Amino acid sequence: MQKTNGIPLSHSFSIQRRVIGALLMREILTRYGRNNIGFLWLFVEPMIFTIGVTALWSVVKSMHNYHFPITAFAVTGYSSVLMWRNTVSYVNHSIKPNLSLLFHRNVRVIDVYFSRILLEITGVTISFVALCTLFSVIGWMWLPVDMFKVIGGWIMLAWFGASLALAVGTLSERSELVEKIWHPVSYLLFPLSGAAFMVDWLPPAAQKIILLLPMVHGLELMREGFFGTNVVRAHYDISYMAVVCLCLTFIGLAWTKEVVRNVGQE
Amino acid sequence: MIFLENVVKRYNTRGGERTVLDCISLRVGKHEKLGILGRNGAGKSTLIRLVSGAELPTCGSIRREMSVSWPLAFSSAFQGSLTGLDNLRFICRVYGVTTEDKIGAVEEFSELGSYLYEPVKAYSSGMRARLAFAISMAVEFDCFLIDEVIAVGDARFHDKCHVELFEKRVDRAMIIVSHSPAYIRAHCDRVAVLSEGRLVSFDDIDEAFDHYAECPV
Repeated sequence: MQKTNGIPLSHSFSIQRRVIGALLMREILTRYGRNNIGFLWLFVEPMIFTIGVTALWSVVKSMHNYHFPITAFAVTGYSSVLMWRNTVSYVNHSIKPNLSLLFHRNVRVIDVYFSRILLEITGVTISFVALCTLFSVIGWMWLPVDMFKVIGGWIMLAWFGASLALAVGTLSERSELVEKIWHPVSYLLFPLSGAAFMVDWLPPAAQKIILLLPMVHGLELMREGFFGTNVVRAHYDISYMAVVCLCLTFIGLAWTKEVVRNVGQE
Repeated sequence: MIFLENVVKRYNTRGGERTVLDCISLRVGKHEKLGILGRNGAGKSTLIRLVSGAELPTCGSIRREMSVSWPLAFSSAFQGSLTGLDNLRFICRVYGVTTEDKIGAVEEFSELGSYLYEPVKAYSSGMRARLAFAISMAVEFDCFLIDEVIAVGDARFHDKCHVELFEKRVDRAMIIVSHSPAYIRAHCDRVAVLSEGRLVSFDDIDEAFDHYAECPV
């Protein structure tokens, strides 16, 4: 897609890194402003949710006497939703406000997408790590049993978020309808994504259907890493999730090419 | 040198596919100043965007053997929600040059004073043009693409632009698109006329103007 014009690949790579760096700085400035207060919202939003869920659960628990690591459950669930919901909505219609930047040869549509996806994933990751640390310190949750599985699940969720954002984001450049439909769809997906349940709690017939959703697999893997196999029985098939992500990535990249062809039509 | 060979650009519109540029070939050498004349909507800006590489041709090839600027259209290519200074930083990052030593020159040329630290969307169109031109001069290129220079700004601004572009950078190549014959005559040593998707080159400037006068509107 990049017209190399005989420029060696390593040079193209350094140009792309430079451009994405510049776009990242620009996004940070426009999103969070210079006074850095806006940056706090990155943590506050998931924190309110997690504290709320923990509080609700504590009331229920006092009635039923369950033993379940609810805070960790809420943190993993909500952060996983942020990973695919925020990346998609942030990439949707991201070309129009950046159209003027595409006047510069080295700034490509894909750079705009990459920088936005990168910023969003970084933000969600920072807030996830910070919240886990905070809640561990105050004793509401424990550190993961198997860090390797947590990181693996997190990376898969990040890949899913990025590839879904590419596919839906490029589609949103074709039709206004896409964003309008995405909103109700994302609300529907929230409860279905495993944020509020473990697959094992469902009847077997429902498990089959719910496991068609790729993000469920990443989350189950992450929770198995968090709680250990003694506490939860996780259901996941990472190769299935990887195939879906790979398909979405290819679709997204192919459609990005279409967007490139159609920019500047105004 | 810049080479364009059999470049075609088509856009999808509601009324079907529209061919804006139809098999255009063009060569621009070092130090050469080429003027491209065309009526409104003839495809001048499209051609400039293709030469700059901001857009890709539908078919045909474009080869650049010297560094080529972005289209200096004086208003676009900047971000309204950022300050003037942040826009300068962005451009410098994208083109891989240092910012700090450019700030003084941009401050001086743009005459924006403290407005340099305000978001660009708060600027008047004249201020925007001054900032855009000042930032354009922060990065050096072998070939400048100039799109309708005379559209905005007052006489003083035009004089300053003239000094920067045509006196200090007289050794560079330039491609200037305009619908004003007078501007092209003053600055170009070769002229081509763009009309109905076709580009016709002339060695003799007067001949080009005669041809342009006969072009359908």
